Amino acid sequence: MTLHPILAALRKHKAGVTLIALQIALTLAIVCNALFIIGQRFASINQATGLDESDLVLVSQQWVGAPNPDLPEGVEKLDAMFKEDLTALRNMPDVQAVTSTNSLPLFTSSRAGSVGINPGDGSYDGTSPGTTRTSYFFFDEQGIAALGLKLVAGRYFDAGEVQHYSLREDRPPAVIVITKAIADKLFPGKDAVGQVLYVDGTAKPSRVIGVVDRLQGAVWAKTFAWNVVVIPARQNGNFSRYAVRAKPGRRDAVMKAIPSLLYGINPMRVLDEQTAVMSFEQIRKNAYRGDVGMAILMGSVSIILIGVTAAGIVGLTSFWVGQRRKQIGIRRALGARKVDILRYFQLENLAIASGGATAGIVLAVALNFWLMRDFGMDRIPVPWVLLGVATVLMLGQFAVFVPARRASTVPPVVATRTI
Amino acid sequence: MLGYYVELALRSLKRSRGLTALMVLAIGFGVAASMTTYSVFRAVSGDPIPWKSSRLFVPQLDAWGPSTFGNPNNEPVDALTYTDAMAFVRDHRAKLQSAIYVIYPSVVPSRPGEHPFNVGGHAVYAEFFPMVEAPFKFGGAWSDDDDRQRSAVAVIGSKLNQKLFGGENSVGRSIDVDGKSYRVVGVLDNWNPQPRFYDIQNTGGFSVAPDELFLPFTRAIESGVANDGNTNCAKPPKEPGFVGLQRSSCVWVGYMAQLDDATAVAAYRSYLENYAREQQKAGRFNWAPNYRLRDIPAWLESQQVVPSDTKVSLLVALGLLVVCLVNTSGLLLAKFLRRSGEIVVRRALGAARFAIYAQFLTEAGLIGLAGGVLGLALTGVGTLGVGLVLPRDIAELAKVDLPLLLMTLAMAVGSTLVAGIYPTFRAARLQPALQLKSN
Repeated sequence: MTLHPILAALRKHKAGVTLIALQIALTLAIVCNALFIIGQRFASINQATGLDESDLVLVSQQWVGAPNPDLPEGVEKLDAMFKEDLTALRNMPDVQAVTSTNSLPLFTSSRAGSVGINPGDGSYDGTSPGTTRTSYFFFDEQGIAALGLKLVAGRYFDAGEVQHYSLREDRPPAVIVITKAIADKLFPGKDAVGQVLYVDGTAKPSRVIGVVDRLQGAVWAKTFAWNVVVIPARQNGNFSRYAVRAKPGRRDAVMKAIPSLLYGINPMRVLDEQTAVMSFEQIRKNAYRGDVGMAILMGSVSIILIGVTAAGIVGLTSFWVGQRRKQIGIRRALGARKVDILRYFQLENLAIASGGATAGIVLAVALNFWLMRDFGMDRIPVPWVLLGVATVLMLGQFAVFVPARRASTVPPVVATRTI
Repeated sequence: MLGYYVELALRSLKRSRGLTALMVLAIGFGVAASMTTYSVFRAVSGDPIPWKSSRLFVPQLDAWGPSTFGNPNNEPVDALTYTDAMAFVRDHRAKLQSAIYVIYPSVVPSRPGEHPFNVGGHAVYAEFFPMVEAPFKFGGAWSDDDDRQRSAVAVIGSKLNQKLFGGENSVGRSIDVDGKSYRVVGVLDNWNPQPRFYDIQNTGGFSVAPDELFLPFTRAIESGVANDGNTNCAKPPKEPGFVGLQRSSCVWVGYMAQLDDATAVAAYRSYLENYAREQQKAGRFNWAPNYRLRDIPAWLESQQVVPSDTKVSLLVALGLLVVCLVNTSGLLLAKFLRRSGEIVVRRALGAARFAIYAQFLTEAGLIGLAGGVLGLALTGVGTLGVGLVLPRDIAELAKVDLPLLLMTLAMAVGSTLVAGIYPTFRAARLQPALQLKSN
C-alpha cells in the first residue's frame, strides 16, 4: 500500500489531524523532559555514599550548661564528657564500633573549606589550580570501622593521632585521610599516600596517610560531593555527635536503648525526640525527599499525559471511522481485505504521529533549552529524545488499534445500502 | 433559551457517554495537576508581609573583596560580619532596624523530671518586633534600654509558652536558657511568616517550626549564645572562640532596616556607600564600595526563594493542561461535526449562526463544569499528595482555600470554552444547502 492515498485523505481533515499531531508533539516534548528529570533524580538517589549504610546510626546531643569551649579548662571538661559518652556507647552489647563525628554524608550540616598542594595565602580559595573545595569530617580511630569505609591506599589513623580541641578553633592536622576523588584531582598519576596538603590556606602541611575509595559530603555540598578530607579529631563544643555501628540486625534495638543510656550518664542534656537518634536510612530519606517527590510528580504527569493523548487518539479515530463507514464499505466491496483496512488506519496514525513527533523533537529540545537556561537543568541526551519518539509512536499504534479493528469489521454490504 | 441549550447539551452528552467521559477526565486531570502545582507555587512565591514588604530592606556589604570564589556579578555575600552589623546598629540610619542571628539554645523546664530541649529562635534588637509587626498575645517587646543594658529578657512563642506555662500569661516569669535565667517580657501569638523574610539565609525561606525564642542581641553575644546559623568565611578567623569569630571577616549576622520613603532609601544607600568608602580609606577593604540594598520582594527574588523544582513542576503541569485542551478541542470537533445533519436542519429552519454558537458553547461549558468538579476533587487529593512527596517545610504551605476552588472551576470552564471555540466555529460555518443536499 502506498502512502499517497492516506496523505491525500488526511488533507480533508486538516483540523483534526493538526490537533492530534500537535497533541503528540506536546506530549513528546513534555514526556521526554519529564523522563529525563526522573532519570537524573534516580541517578543521584542511587549514588552510594561510600558508607556501609545498614545498621548505622547517628546520635546528636547537646549538653545543658556546658563548660565554655573558648577556655582551655572548658575544652578539657568537654572532652572528658565526650569520651564518657563514647565509652558508654562502645560498651553497649549490640554495638560494633562508634566514632565521634561532626556530620555524615547526606546530613544537613557540615563543614567545608579548601585544600591545596602548596602552602596557602590564608584564604579558603578552592578554585585556583592545585586547590580544591572539600568537606571535612572529624572522625576518631574507630571511624573506618564504624562507617564501613573502604581504604584503597595507605592506612587509617591510630588512637595516638586523634587530637581534640575547641569547635571554634582551627588546627591544621598533622595527618589526614582523603578520598580518591581528591587524590585523583590533586595528585594525578601519583601515589597520594605520603604527600602533603595544606588545609584551608594554612602554611602548615598535613600529611596524607590513607586514601578511602569513596565518601560523600553533606547534602548541600553538591558541587564537590566526593571531595572529603578526614581529620583525626574530636571537636569540643556544647554539642557532640556519634556515629554508631550496630551489630547486624540490631540497629533498632540500639536506637531504642541510646536515649536512656545517655540520660543515665548525664540528664542535663538535650536529646531531641525526632532528631537525636537517627538511622542512616532516615538521613538518606530526608536528603532525597525532594528528588523522590519530583520524580513521582513528573511520573504522574507523564502517565496522565500519555493516557489523555491515547484517549484523544481513540476518540478522534473512532469519529473518522464512523465518518468513513461508507468509503470503507466500498473498499471492502471492491476487494480490500479486513487487514488492508486495519493497515490503512495504522499507517494513517503512523503518518500523523511521525509528523507530530518531528515537531515534538523540536519542542522537546526547545523546552530543554529553556529548562537549562532558567532552571539549571542538564542538556537532554539524544537517546532520551529517541526514547520519547519511540514512546509516542508506540502509543499511537496502541491507541489506534481498537478503532482500526472496528473499522476493519465494517461489512462490504454497507456500500450497497447507502448508495 | 439557555435552559433549552442545556437540555440539548445534556442529551447530546448522554448520547456518546464514552467521549463525554474522556473529555471530562482530561479536563479534570489537567486542571487538577495545574492547580495542585499552582497551590505549591502560590505558597512559596507569596509575599509574607504585603503591606510593608516594599519598606523593609536588607543591606549587603562586600567584606571579602571582588571575585572571591568566582562570585557572579560581584554580588556581596548574603550576610554581614559582626563588625559591620555593629557599625550599622551604632549609626542607626533607619527608622527601625535590627541585626539578627540564629540561636538554638537549650531550655530547661522548671518541672522536675522533664528533659531539657532545644528551642529555635533569633537574637534581635527591640526594634525588630515593631519592624516585622510580630503579633503579641501577652506583654510586648523589650525596650531599647534593655538592648543597651544587655538585660536578661526574652520574648517567647506561643508553643513554648504552652509547653512551659500551659498557655497562661507568663509575662514576668522566668525561663532557663542555656543554664541562665531570663525574664519573659512578651509572648507572641501564632506567628510564622512564610517565606521567613527576616532570615532567608538560614532557612532557604521555609520552616515548619515557628521561632519560639527571641533574646536581645547584645545579651546573647555577651552570654556567648552560639550562632546556630550558617557561618561563611573567606579566611579562617585569626583567633579562636566566639570572640575570634566576632573579630573575623566571617559573615553570619543578618540585618533588616525599615525605610519608609524614597528619600530615606536614597539616604541609606549613600550611607552604605560612605561607610564602605571609609572602610576602604581605613585600609580594611582594599576594593571600591560594593553593596546592595534590596527590599523584601527583591531580596526574596535574589535569594531564589522559590525552588526551581516548584517552577518546573508548575511549567510541566501547565503543559499538561495545554495538551488536555488540545485533546478536548479535537474531541469536541469530532463530536460537533458528527452532528452536521442536526446543525444544518436547525440552520435551514432559520436558526442564526449565533444560536449555533450559543448551543455548542453551552455544551462545551457543561463539559468544563463537570471537568471542574472532578478537578476540584482531584486537586484536593493532589494537595494531600504533595505532603507525601515534597519537602515538609514546603508541602505544609500548600492549602486548598476558597480562591483556589473558585479558580479551579473558572479555569476548567474557561479553558474548555476556549477549546470549544474552534469546533463551534466550524459547526456554525457549515453550509445548510450543501450539507442537506449531500445527506
